[in-house]
Amino acid sequence: MESYALLLAATLNAGTVLAIASLGLLVNEKAGIVNLGAEGIMLCAAIAGFAAVVHTGSDLAGFLAGAGAGALLAAVFGVLVIWLNTNQYATGLALSLFGAGFSAFAGVNYVQAKLPERPVFSIPVLGDLPLVGPALFRQHPLVYLTIAFTLALVWFLYRSRAGLVLRSVGESPESAHALGYPVRRIRLGAVLGGGALCGLAGAYLSVIYTPLWVEGMVAGKGWIALALTTFATWRPARVLLGAYLFGGVTMLQFHLQAAGVEVASEFLTMLPYLATIVVLALMSRNPTWIRVNMPASLGKPFYPGS
Amino acid sequence: MFKLEPRPQASAFWSIASPLLALAITVVLGVALFAALGKDPVRGLQMFFWEPVKSTYAFGELMVKATPLLLIALGLAVCFRSNVWNIGAEGQFVIGAICAGGVALTATKDSSQWIVLGILLAGIAGGMAWAGLTAFLRDKFNANEILVSLMLVYVAVQLLVFLVFGPWKDPAGFNFPQTKTFERITQVPRLMQGSRASIGLLVALAGAAALWVFLFRTRAGFAQQVGGLAPAAARYAGFSSRKALWVALLVSGGAAGLAGALEVAGPIGQLTPYVPAGYGFAAIIVAFVGRLHPVGMVFSAILMSMFYIGGEYAQSRMGMPKSITGVFQGLLLFSLLACDTLMAYRIRLVAAGALKKGAA
Repeated sequence: MESYALLLAATLNAGTVLAIASLGLLVNEKAGIVNLGAEGIMLCAAIAGFAAVVHTGSDLAGFLAGAGAGALLAAVFGVLVIWLNTNQYATGLALSLFGAGFSAFAGVNYVQAKLPERPVFSIPVLGDLPLVGPALFRQHPLVYLTIAFTLALVWFLYRSRAGLVLRSVGESPESAHALGYPVRRIRLGAVLGGGALCGLAGAYLSVIYTPLWVEGMVAGKGWIALALTTFATWRPARVLLGAYLFGGVTMLQFHLQAAGVEVASEFLTMLPYLATIVVLALMSRNPTWIRVNMPASLGKPFYPGS
Repeated sequence: MFKLEPRPQASAFWSIASPLLALAITVVLGVALFAALGKDPVRGLQMFFWEPVKSTYAFGELMVKATPLLLIALGLAVCFRSNVWNIGAEGQFVIGAICAGGVALTATKDSSQWIVLGILLAGIAGGMAWAGLTAFLRDKFNANEILVSLMLVYVAVQLLVFLVFGPWKDPAGFNFPQTKTFERITQVPRLMQGSRASIGLLVALAGAAALWVFLFRTRAGFAQQVGGLAPAAARYAGFSSRKALWVALLVSGGAAGLAGALEVAGPIGQLTPYVPAGYGFAAIIVAFVGRLHPVGMVFSAILMSMFYIGGEYAQSRMGMPKSITGVFQGLLLFSLLACDTLMAYRIRLVAAGALKKGAA
């Protein structure tokens, strides 16, 4: 039983990394922009956050540095695709390739670096409960904040005026433009917000989750986060559940290994990637279903007056 | 402020000038980076642009790395021209290497020279099968090929790691995760003495010529690209988008698999966890910088190879991290995409007020 409680705890922790990034990408995509650069953003933010904590000793500084680095890279991406009308896929890809190279370059002296002692969190009373305590109530505050943020995002997107405008920009930029909304600035705002969240996810990864810096440590989580938005048919609550599901798959490999399952570890490492493929195939099987849920202008450039 | 004005036709001038301008921007940024790190920028430039061409041996090394880059990029060009976003060439390369390695491991001292052909064919078949998985999932399940092909890279790498740590590990290899060194007979013949460049280079150049004929002189090549340019027109003309999808992925998978085979039966000579060297990703940049044109990609493959070799020199002689190669590759693609705007649009400077009235 004890081990299942720990598995659940690890699942929530791993799912949080994916959830933060994927919610950020969801905001992008609701405004009609696909950012394939998530992986590169997360890598750069991971080293930025890690370095910030090494130098300042403050985790908060690390999160801010990660989010800031994410927003900065997203700004470059945003200006290119929104104002220079570059292809979104190619530009995102460029960001991922650049991010992989740049993070390795910038992180060369941090590979052996140590973080100050990692804080241990526990909610008073609840954290001391048997089984439930270690399973649910001894997480980093960001784990709970992510759940709260998801709820806030649901409210923002579906209950607030600003959220409605954001979605209209993603569904029909021409109409939003005709109504007088500054489509490109709104899109840039969504891209910056999404980038900052991807950055926060990267920093959480290197500062809390792992916690260390290794070249290429994001290991496809940015891409899985991208797949999650499709998996969740662009609904925030489903993104969160999907993220926990994938967090569970990631953690399952360690659990199975610990349980002495006779499968080579490499095949267990493959699990999250194979799961992504399978889930993507199952969810996309019905093209109409995807078309109905997907923001209509997703991936398409919009240039007023052209 | 500025405003983009669509050109009636893509500018022929900028189609060639844009990659050159992008390279110039990358060089300027590179010089700034060297200077910021307190390294001599001139010496830095020398590492990237002079050292790789200054001797026959160095030039041969340049070709050794340009060969897989060109081969993979040729296949990717077919994909990108048909609007199929295969970004998992790295995985197809790895599976090609594994299949080729599997055949090479069966070689004995008495094997015939023809085994090389078997090795290369196994590589092609492996790469095609791996890319075929992506095509199948796209075709039958409508699964996004970008994500599927990329996820399969991680799966392919884990498969390689499993083999070299497990069943294929060299029993006499002091427990290093690698297969035994392949028999000499499995080596792809070299072009000449004193250089590691192999006939793979000729294969890649022949591939470029074949691609040119296919794209610009055959009906099938035309049909292949129409789907990418104008899906509606392609449907109207009766060109099958499913066929275009399969052709694009099988061709690029085969090319990447061949590149993988040429690597393990050439410069590497065994399977190790270091087989995936990022060529599959760098080739994406080669394809775009080369304008998806066979001739252009020959030049951009050589340029990208210079980035690799320059990075190695910058590491060994100037104490820079080798990953500077990746930084420059990314910067080059970024700059290119920005410069390509000039190809499709005219940039008009407008007063801030006029812009507000006209476009906001």
